Amino acid sequence: MIRDSDFDDLAHKSGEWLRGTGPESDIVISSRIRLARNLADFPFIRRCSDEDRVSIERNVRAKMDSIEEWKDVRYIDLEQLSETDRQFLVERQLISREIADAEGSRAVAIDPKEQYSVMINEEDHLRIQVMHSGLDLKSAWQSIDELDDKLEGAILYAFHPQFGYLTACPTNVGTGLRVSVMLHLPALVITRQIDKVFRSMQRINVTVRGLYGEGSQYTGDFYQVSNQITLGHREQDLVALVGDDVVPRIIEYERKARDFLVKQGQQDLHDDVSRALGILSTAKKISSEETMHYLSKVRMGVNLGLIDDVPVGTINKLFIHTQPAHLQKLQGRLLSSSDRNVERATYLQCHLSGKLSDGELN
Amino acid sequence: MKCQYCEKPATFHITELTEPGGPQVMHLCEEHARGFLQKEAATPAASIAGALAKQLNLGQTKQELAELDQKECPVCGISFFEFRNTGRLGCPFDYTHFAEDLIPLLTNIHDSVEHCGKRPRRAAAADSHAELIQLRREMEEAVEREDYERASEIRDELRRIEEAGSTEQNASEEEE
Repeated sequence: MIRDSDFDDLAHKSGEWLRGTGPESDIVISSRIRLARNLADFPFIRRCSDEDRVSIERNVRAKMDSIEEWKDVRYIDLEQLSETDRQFLVERQLISREIADAEGSRAVAIDPKEQYSVMINEEDHLRIQVMHSGLDLKSAWQSIDELDDKLEGAILYAFHPQFGYLTACPTNVGTGLRVSVMLHLPALVITRQIDKVFRSMQRINVTVRGLYGEGSQYTGDFYQVSNQITLGHREQDLVALVGDDVVPRIIEYERKARDFLVKQGQQDLHDDVSRALGILSTAKKISSEETMHYLSKVRMGVNLGLIDDVPVGTINKLFIHTQPAHLQKLQGRLLSSSDRNVERATYLQCHLSGKLSDGELN
Repeated sequence: MKCQYCEKPATFHITELTEPGGPQVMHLCEEHARGFLQKEAATPAASIAGALAKQLNLGQTKQELAELDQKECPVCGISFFEFRNTGRLGCPFDYTHFAEDLIPLLTNIHDSVEHCGKRPRRAAAADSHAELIQLRREMEEAVEREDYERASEIRDELRRIEEAGSTEQNASEEEE
């Protein structure tokens, strides 16, 4: 592994999962799976002393270092990072808000393609996550299963014959598995059906959250759908519940709503998305919230063929790269909120008015 | 019709069937409806609190509840009361020590108490590692009360166990 505290290069590129490729990528942004694991010989994080946390971090780092295939994996000590840098990794979906805001020894290992990351000393000792672009849960499960086997070869996990993998919170015990699919559902929001769709889902053991997980706002019409239960089902069955049962149904509803919008008033819709693109590519200062709002419209416009010269991967990237810590990282300095609004407008203009080719963007 | 919280038109009409006072109809604008639905999305801590509250209302007397709250894990020292408040357990051994108290809770959350997924090839029996966790805690307590002699004894003991563990591990890896 490469120990690293400087990841300025990340600000100039984007993770594989943002590419806008993979099945159903007009609606599904990403497929993510995470596994919660704990070391057998330490208390759970809340009961850990500072010294325990340091030992866990050292212990796990040493074991990961011994994994031959992990030579290019970047290892970041989160305790040493500035708040902006931690925020940057949260915006990037590589670490959770919880670990960013925590104290004491904690770290994250990230693969060069940003397809997987392992958080150390989050709510559980280990949180392994894999992210793929589009609806691609089966291969994401395969990757994380292999990753977990590899780590298990080096680390002795806390496991109970009846209760399975033991976790700090009993809501994660058993498989420790959380499957999350990030969906872009603008048409269900516009046609005001989103509420109905969610209500129907609460009965089938899945939960819905905003872009940045638990308690976050539903911004940019993004919704994360995840399994609620983790015990009593095989991992493959939980993956299938979300990936083969629930998500395809929501995709179908969203497509129907999009068809309806197109049929109802193609001109109005075309006007709406074109105006959104107009604002994003000409504004001189723009807030993060307003950006999300218009990017969501543009993204739908691109997917409906109403805007044809902007690749969807570029739009996906703009959602992440126009956020506060990303803008500051790109500028290499701290910016006030109003400076960020100016910087954000400039950034959007560069990327949407054809001044840069897509090759340069990625 | 206006939203019941602001001046905007109410576009969501939600009937809440689970309110204690019977069904309640709400008329909300999009923004307030989102806020409402967001609150609805259960967080793990909230669902634990909910499940615990439900479980504790069923059949348990106040006295039983008070006794349960006092129960402590001998390894990490967490009390059931503390777990109930934070929604987080203290160590892997809690699942053994509090097993019978956790079973109704797990049934409530997962509708199951039996793991049937993946199993690690090298399973560690939770109990055998409990000793390490307990010793580390005793060491910290010794340091806190400035009993450095005891702390260093425990440190030696810990080293011995850890080294024995790693030799054992190497031996089993060689066997493979």
